[in-house]
Order: sequence, then C-alpha cells, then structure tokens
Amino acid sequence: MPVYNEKVMDHFMNPRNVGEIENPDGVGEEGNPVCGDMMTFYIKVKDDKLEDVKFKTFGCGAAIAVSSMVSELAKGMTLDEAMKLTPAAVADKLEGLPKNKLHCSNLGAQALHRAIDNYREKQAKANGERYNPMAADDGHNCPHCHAELAEDGTTACQACSSEEAECVIGE
Amino acid sequence: MRKVYLDNAASTALLPEVKEAMLPYLGEVFGNPSSLHDWGDGARVALEEAREQVAGLIGADAEEIIFTSGGTESNNFAVKGIALAQQGKGKHVIVSAIEHFSVLHSARTLEKWGFEVTEVPVDKYGVVNPEDVKKAIRKDTVLVSIMHANGEIGTIEPIKEIAKTTRELKIPFHTDAVASAGTIPVNVQELGVDALSLAGSMFYGPKGTGALWLRKGVRIMPLLDGGIQEGGRRGGTENVPGIIGLGKAAEIATAQIQSRIETLTPLRDRLLQELPSKVAHVIVTGHPQNRLPGHASFCVEFIEGEAMLMLLNSRGIAVSSGSACTSRALKASHVLIALGLSHEIAQGSVLFTLSPDNTSEDIDYVLEAMPPVVERLRQMSPLYAKFIKTGQGGQ
Repeated sequence: MPVYNEKVMDHFMNPRNVGEIENPDGVGEEGNPVCGDMMTFYIKVKDDKLEDVKFKTFGCGAAIAVSSMVSELAKGMTLDEAMKLTPAAVADKLEGLPKNKLHCSNLGAQALHRAIDNYREKQAKANGERYNPMAADDGHNCPHCHAELAEDGTTACQACSSEEAECVIGE
Repeated sequence: MRKVYLDNAASTALLPEVKEAMLPYLGEVFGNPSSLHDWGDGARVALEEAREQVAGLIGADAEEIIFTSGGTESNNFAVKGIALAQQGKGKHVIVSAIEHFSVLHSARTLEKWGFEVTEVPVDKYGVVNPEDVKKAIRKDTVLVSIMHANGEIGTIEPIKEIAKTTRELKIPFHTDAVASAGTIPVNVQELGVDALSLAGSMFYGPKGTGALWLRKGVRIMPLLDGGIQEGGRRGGTENVPGIIGLGKAAEIATAQIQSRIETLTPLRDRLLQELPSKVAHVIVTGHPQNRLPGHASFCVEFIEGEAMLMLLNSRGIAVSSGSACTSRALKASHVLIALGLSHEIAQGSVLFTLSPDNTSEDIDYVLEAMPPVVERLRQMSPLYAKFIKTGQGGQ
C-alpha cells in the first residue's frame, strides 16, 4: 500500500484554498520549519461565520493535504463549530493518515484555531475586553513506535524508549 | 509518462546477469556449503568463487572477506566487533559526524558499554580534516571509523591521509565504503585501511548481501555466535544465492567501473550546474568536484523535501530527501546539519543518484520538471511569501 491514501493524495495534488487573504480578519500560524512543517491560516469572518479560509503551508504531503482539508471543512462553519474541529475529525475526513504523520493533522486544526483566536482577540480589544486564547495543544504520537506520547513535556517515548520522539526546537 | 529512476543510493536494479547467476542457487544447488557431500561441495565451490570476486573488487585477499547481510551488518560488526576485541588496550573510538547511522548508532551502543566516542566534525563540503582525526587520537584509542564516501552528499573523504596516521600509531581503521565500493575504484592496500564495509545492493547486486573486509591480523569479536562459518567470525548458514549474486555484481563492477564513471560523471555535472541556474535559491550539498560520479544533491530553499519528492514522483521521477518529514524520526538529516546548514534549509533536501542506465534525455526531463514543481510548492510556502515580502530567510 502506498504511504498516503487516494483522498490524501487528491488534497496534496489539488489543494483547495491555497493562498492569502488580503486584509484578513484573523491570521494563525502553527508549527516550525525546524520540525518540517509550518502552516499559516487566513480567515474572513461574516455574521460569526467563516466566509473565507485560505492557507499557506511549508511541509510534507500530509501537511499540505491536512491544510487543504481543514480549509474545506471550516469554510461556512460558525466560529464555535470551527473551534470544535478536531485533528481526529480532519484525519478521519482524509480517510486516515500514517501514524507518524498524525502530528500534521494537529498542526492544521491548531493553525485554524489560532486564526479564530486572533480574530476574537482583535474583536475583544476593540471592545476594551480581555480574551483568553482557546487553541490548545493536542496529543502526539511517537514517530518510531506510534504510541501516544505523554503530555509531560518530555521528548522521550515511554513505549519504545526512543529519545527523540518529538521535534525539539533550538538544539 | 516517462519513468526516470534517480534513487540509486537507496537501491540499484539487479543486473540480469547477476539474477541469472543466482538462479541455480535458488533451485537445484541447494546444499549447505558446510556439508561434506556433493550437494555441499557445489554450494561451497561457488561460495569461494564469489569470495574471490568480491576480493577482486577491492584488491584484497579472498580469505580476508567475511560475508554479511549488508552494509548495516558490516558496519555494526566492524565498529562493535573491533572495539570489543581491543578493549583490553583502551575504550576510545573515533568516528566522523556524518557517518551512516549503522556506524553512529553502533558507536552510541559502545558508549552504553563504557566506551568513549569522539565525533570529528566536517567542513561545509562534508570533508573530514585528517588533522582533526590526528588530534582526536588518544593513548586509549582502539578504533577509527571514517566513511569512504557519503551517500547523502556524495563527498569522498581523504581516507589515505587519515590512514597514514592510524598506520603509524597502529590503530585499527575501518572505513564504510558502502556508497563507494563498486562505484569508484576502491583498493584496500592503497587506502591503507584495516577494515572496509561494502554492500551488494549499491552496485546492481542483490539486497541483503554485503561483506566486511578485515585485514589479516586485525582482531574482531563475532556478533553472531554460531557455527564456524566465515572462519568462525560470523555464524549462520550462508546466504548462498545472495552471495553468488554479490560476487557476480562485484566481478561486473570491477570490469565496468571506468566506463560507468565516464557515463555518470557528465550526467551528474549537468544536474549540478544546470539545476541551480534553472531554479533560484538552490544550494549544492557536498563537495562540488570531489564527489561520487552519479551523485547530485541539493537543498531547495523555502520548500520541504517530501512534498518535492511526491510531486516529482507524480511526474515519473524517483528521488530521495533528507528532510525531517521523510525520516520517520522527524529529524532533518544529521549529515546536512553537520555541514552547518540550518534545519530550515535542510528540510528542502533533494538527492538525485544516477545509474549508467540514465541518459541525457532523462536529465533534460528532470531539469524541465523541477522548476514547476519547486514553483508550485513555493507558491504554497509561507516561508517563501515572507522572503518575497521582507527579503528575510534566504541564503
């Protein structure tokens, strides 16, 4: 079986909504080129709904396919609905991703959530209010043995005792 | 669609003559070379002929050849086996920063066993300075392991110069010649090393085959205990068909090495020269001249290697990359980082490794395919957008 399924390949070869929005209502960035993937999402909001979603992605096939799928799913959603979009739902819509690429689906949903946070923060500021960002870190899987990684800040995998289970920035 | 295979560093195509030579040993000649009857004799005679053929490729004595399951085993065997056999003399080992993982991780295992390891650096072309090796040598150094050529960046190392020092001080010197043996002339006497690894799948032989050449008199501890195969240094019934294939591939490589180099070099040079002029912000990795004949490697800025690999594959072109995303471990290639390249640049790694089957038309095709592939990914890349807007992030 090829590494990526047909659905992922379709979104990689024909990504939807690539680009930037001029004067966006919100911008969200996630990932780091050091770790191989970086995504920027741009949103346009109208009546509390995502009227337009565009993205730019530096990264692997999965990162590009995930960005495309996230943008397609999110378009037309209310902001609350979009904030509930989970990495698992994105991976499901793509009919599955290789385990060591699941972190790409985390990044995609995350970048979108950051864009919404950015929009809401600007709105709150305009009204003189405070806003607590809601985008959260999600679980990761070990690229060596696929086990779920502990959320304790260590980069080692307990399941296979690999010392470099997560990308570490600033070595 | 045109199909262009440029990933010979990953695997080469088995030569038809090699396959032919192997077939009897997958069929009627099934005896165990250790058996004393006619069935065993048939296998044993062929095995010893293959040993001569492999020895011939590297200017060695046949009895100094130990057959293994490939480059990884040869490197593990040399690094761990030689260090362990000499540990009475000391527990210090020297490797370079750009060794294959089968050497680097073997050295890491030695550390767990109480050895100390010094990693000598490389310059921006990936060349080890023999002076650095000399300086790293201590009284308790029992092994130096520096590769002959690097499979990721193609750079050929100054093994002869390093060997001058190791011979003078009588320290065993192993070289991983997996990327070079069968590709460029390799002569163990000229190189002056004491141990050398090679692998059949790098020169149109079968996968799962390789050899460790060990100079007579150099002690090694077996990793695979068992029967007295391979002079008692590696137990286990021999992979007879594989070894026959390895021998045949070595024999053909010995005869054809010069003509292969003459075919590969101009094709490689076209890629090295023309790609950076067709696509902006492309860096050649490895040494510009002193490199393997069929080896052209680059980093393309602002984009990631796996995505490039996949788009090239959709156009019928097979390449590889040292980017974090292609590594499974999600780490950029340690080789590219050792050259002093940033992680960001290393993510754009792309590697073209040619065979004599490639033609100038193949290179035309690749040079035509690359600009739109790169452009498409750059149009998607936030790093490129940032560079265009601010001029930041480029090299």
